[in-house]
Amino acid sequence: MNDTLTDKLAAFRQETADWLEANCPASMREPVKNGFDDLYGGGRNGVFKSEDQRIWFERMRDRGWTAPTWPKAYGGGGLSNAEAKVLKEEMAKLGCRAPLWSFGLMMLGPAILHFGTEEQKQKYIREICRGEIWWCQGYSEPGAGSDLAGLQTSAVDHGDHFVVNGQKVWTSYADKADMIFCLVRTNPDVPKQRGISFLLIDMESEGVSVRPIKLISGKSPFCETFFDNVKVPKENIVGQMNDGWTIAKNLLTHERSTVGNLFGSIMPLHEYAVDAVGLENGKLADLTLRPEVARLMINSYALKFAIEQTIDMTKAGHQPGAKSSFFKYYGTELNKNRHELMLSLKGYEGLEWGENYNDGKLARDMCRTKGNSIEGGTTEVQLNIIAKHVLGLPKSK
Amino acid sequence: MALILNEEQQMLKTSAKEFLTQKAPVSALRFLRDAKDSVGYDPSLWNEMVEMGWAALTIQEEFGGMGFGYVGLGQILEESGRTLTASPIVSNILLGASTIQIGGSESQKQALLPAVAEGQLTLTLAFEEHNAHRPLAIKSSVEEKEGQLVLNGSKRFVLDGHVAQKLIVSAMYQGEIALFLVDAGAEGVKIDRKLMMDSRNAASIQFDNVSVQAADQVGDQSALEQVLDIARIGLAAEMLGTMQEAFERTIAYLKERVQFKVPIGSFQALQHRAAMMFSEIEVCKSMVLKALQAVDAQDAKVPVLASMVKAKVGEVIQVVTNEAIQMFGGIGMTDDEEIGFFLKRARVAQQTFGDYNYHLDRFASLNGF
Repeated sequence: MNDTLTDKLAAFRQETADWLEANCPASMREPVKNGFDDLYGGGRNGVFKSEDQRIWFERMRDRGWTAPTWPKAYGGGGLSNAEAKVLKEEMAKLGCRAPLWSFGLMMLGPAILHFGTEEQKQKYIREICRGEIWWCQGYSEPGAGSDLAGLQTSAVDHGDHFVVNGQKVWTSYADKADMIFCLVRTNPDVPKQRGISFLLIDMESEGVSVRPIKLISGKSPFCETFFDNVKVPKENIVGQMNDGWTIAKNLLTHERSTVGNLFGSIMPLHEYAVDAVGLENGKLADLTLRPEVARLMINSYALKFAIEQTIDMTKAGHQPGAKSSFFKYYGTELNKNRHELMLSLKGYEGLEWGENYNDGKLARDMCRTKGNSIEGGTTEVQLNIIAKHVLGLPKSK
Repeated sequence: MALILNEEQQMLKTSAKEFLTQKAPVSALRFLRDAKDSVGYDPSLWNEMVEMGWAALTIQEEFGGMGFGYVGLGQILEESGRTLTASPIVSNILLGASTIQIGGSESQKQALLPAVAEGQLTLTLAFEEHNAHRPLAIKSSVEEKEGQLVLNGSKRFVLDGHVAQKLIVSAMYQGEIALFLVDAGAEGVKIDRKLMMDSRNAASIQFDNVSVQAADQVGDQSALEQVLDIARIGLAAEMLGTMQEAFERTIAYLKERVQFKVPIGSFQALQHRAAMMFSEIEVCKSMVLKALQAVDAQDAKVPVLASMVKAKVGEVIQVVTNEAIQMFGGIGMTDDEEIGFFLKRARVAQQTFGDYNYHLDRFASLNGF
């Protein structure tokens, strides 16, 4: 990097730090307690949980910093990657919360920027940056889980509009969302991947209905979404007709790496263990669980080092390639094992189950982790990918 | 420190790979075994290794070494794990030279290390007394008898103990653990060569009133513990090479072996097990490098990392070599097929310097639980 660039970046850092210090309300610098529920999600009926949350969101939105690297022309911040990194670092220093958290920012936006028309970018990217629309995702169906491309929800061409019929499942927050981005079948007579399109549907359309799903862990953001002769304007298709699978694959890769990272963090499990069962003569009082705790910690470090190595390889300009293909599988299996172990350590106390999620949180969390190796590509699908694409094993019949 | 090899380390790895696959493939170990070789490794091969500087790699420059560090030695160990090459690298360099460097006095270093670096002297560490790894439970003793210090006791599982010229022996001395340098040919030293399942050697040695000097002490308990941690990490690097080679041979076999008119590698039951092994080997690679780098940086986390990596690599190599035999099927059970050599080396390496049970326990203790 030349000196002018370094100087410019240093100036940007100072400016950003000053602005954040002056504009981020104190309560928006406190760590979140309830995960995503503590962040603003936007939407037509978006509700701020506090005045500070509103102020923080609006100030960031007006600078385009809800989506720092997206083009200014569509409401983004127009920052370079280096500047965005500085912003992220300065926000981390103060502990600033994300001003907006949405599927629009994480998933749909990048897809529209990549595959959308100019009109779509003008409309949808701006809305996403401004938090005006709450988006949800409609991929899976009761008959299309791991075999996602086998989806059956149909969109039939009626000249200036499609008519959509079918059912989606695992549509997170569909009961709160304004719009849904969907994979739909637009041609049933070709190999399954080639007859799918990527369609945007307004949840207020006639014929759309939503039912929340209760999980084995209790209340969840997941829903079932039904489409009964829903009319959708033609211009709501993203990308080419019957080319939706390309967009879907692009988005799924992104989702898998995110899920893997979420569970890759290390929890000091031995502290939890000592707290739960105590020490005897300096050793964990439960001698059968002791090596299990050690093994789990070692495996957590193993994944941590592997992730670290991938980052270092990328920084050094190498292609990590195969190195990261197993993170999702490994991280989610590890998280399941960790919760099983925590439940064993807690004994009878850990089995308690109350009315609210926090009464019996461990038992509920343990149940919830079972979904980690199913959502975002099952462990079995991940292993298939490694076998086929990394190890080059022959296709199974 | 970035968790990647630098250019020099990568070059060393590449040249080690070329040399070992050419000069000392698995068939060389088979030859030594079948010839009932009295040394257990090929001395002329060892001379070539010395000429390439492998004996000098970790020795400081002021003592005739190259000061290249343990990350470098780890690359050679990894490659020799792939070819299952028998050599005194572990006994002489990883244990012997490391002990002198850590525990030796200035004059001991001057006297011994250049000779090791030049291939004039071979050392080994005699520290095990029990039927499993318990390096600090020592009964051997050095005591004064008639105005003379004498060593008494017995050691077992002394790697290359039947051919090393000097033995470094752990013993209780004045109530504490101490390491003493003893000539293998000294009066009262009785060496019994044991052949192990991996076709390498680990002698049982008796010391009967062997005369030693106070000036022959080359370290204390702390030196012993430091050396063992370095040895665990170095051996883990060798085991990493062994598991990778066994795995790659297995994958190649899955692609080649046809049953029911298809390659057996097309069966999902085998594909998933292969993919799981791939993942485990990948994490081992990162962990071994992390531990080797910690040794060179003299990081305070070396003991924890040593137990972490020896436990992890020990568990994975066990799975990988078991699966290798299973996936090779009947042919894997035959002595003609080389894959069995990997299983055998894996079992010995797994127990050497502590198996995974030992290190899970030690990891827990080091973390205060």
